[in-house]
Amino acid sequence: MILIDFLSNPWPWFISGPMIALVMFLLLWAGENFGVSSTLRTICSISGASKHSSYFDFDWKSQTWNIIFITGSVIGGFVASTYFQNPESLLISTNTINDLAELGINFNSDIVPTELFNWDSVSTLKGFLIMLFGGFLVGFGARWAGGCTSGHAISGLSNLQVPSLIAVIGFFIGGLIMTFIIFPLIF
Amino acid sequence: MKQIKFLFIGTLFGIIMTKSEVISWFRIQEMFRFQSFHMYGIIGSAIITGLILVKTIKRNKLKTIYGDSIKFNDKKLSIPRYLFGGIIFGLGWALTGACPGPMFIMIGHGYAVFLILILSALLGTYVYGLIQHKLPH
Repeated sequence: MILIDFLSNPWPWFISGPMIALVMFLLLWAGENFGVSSTLRTICSISGASKHSSYFDFDWKSQTWNIIFITGSVIGGFVASTYFQNPESLLISTNTINDLAELGINFNSDIVPTELFNWDSVSTLKGFLIMLFGGFLVGFGARWAGGCTSGHAISGLSNLQVPSLIAVIGFFIGGLIMTFIIFPLIF
Repeated sequence: MKQIKFLFIGTLFGIIMTKSEVISWFRIQEMFRFQSFHMYGIIGSAIITGLILVKTIKRNKLKTIYGDSIKFNDKKLSIPRYLFGGIIFGLGWALTGACPGPMFIMIGHGYAVFLILILSALLGTYVYGLIQHKLPH
């Protein structure tokens, strides 16, 4: 019963952080490295991108574990949202809710702003471009930087990698530019 | 069937990212606006735990379940690729509120619209592959 209670409530940061590190440890123990964005490269390779660039010409079969891992994460998302739903909505900072409301993005107790992440919005030009550019920047940036949040911020910094520190500083520069300069222009 | 363990670890990852609310666009905005400790606490405590685990692995020369030594990805030091690549990633992360892991996890939450984000991220990856030789690394 304690476990069900635990699973049915949001976790505080001091549980969440160590649990993410545990995932990194389990993958190392299984002989692999924690890094989600390399899966994107693997999917491109499987889809035949190696015909156009040597970057995708590698033994992707050695990376099938990552595809299986990411499939598991979809299952995890389904399980958590279906069986371990939080009793209450997210406790987002009032300052953030107010700042976003000024930009016209409303917090309606959902985990993502529903006015951006729904098919009606994505079928408008602006909504579609936000998704297209946003996803493109994530994929392009992660591969140029050689890793994303899992590979650099968690795996890299845990292993005291200076390149990962530079990448994480970059993540924040980009995030702050988007939040404080570009958001007021596009929303 | 040796690979089935990755399905379990992935499922665990999806549950953790959901319960920690890292998959929330609003949590990412809180972080970039410095208006909540939540994300900093998560990333910070993940790194501290990770440091201890990595140190323990190295000190005790722990082996994988197959008996091999555990290998770490040591990254070659340079500035442009990490800084510029990082900035571009950060722009996308703040706009979509999703790094690659959460994009997939949100599909499990029933937000099929995240498929568009995944396809766009694949396009970004593909274009990087095409022009990588022209970029500073």
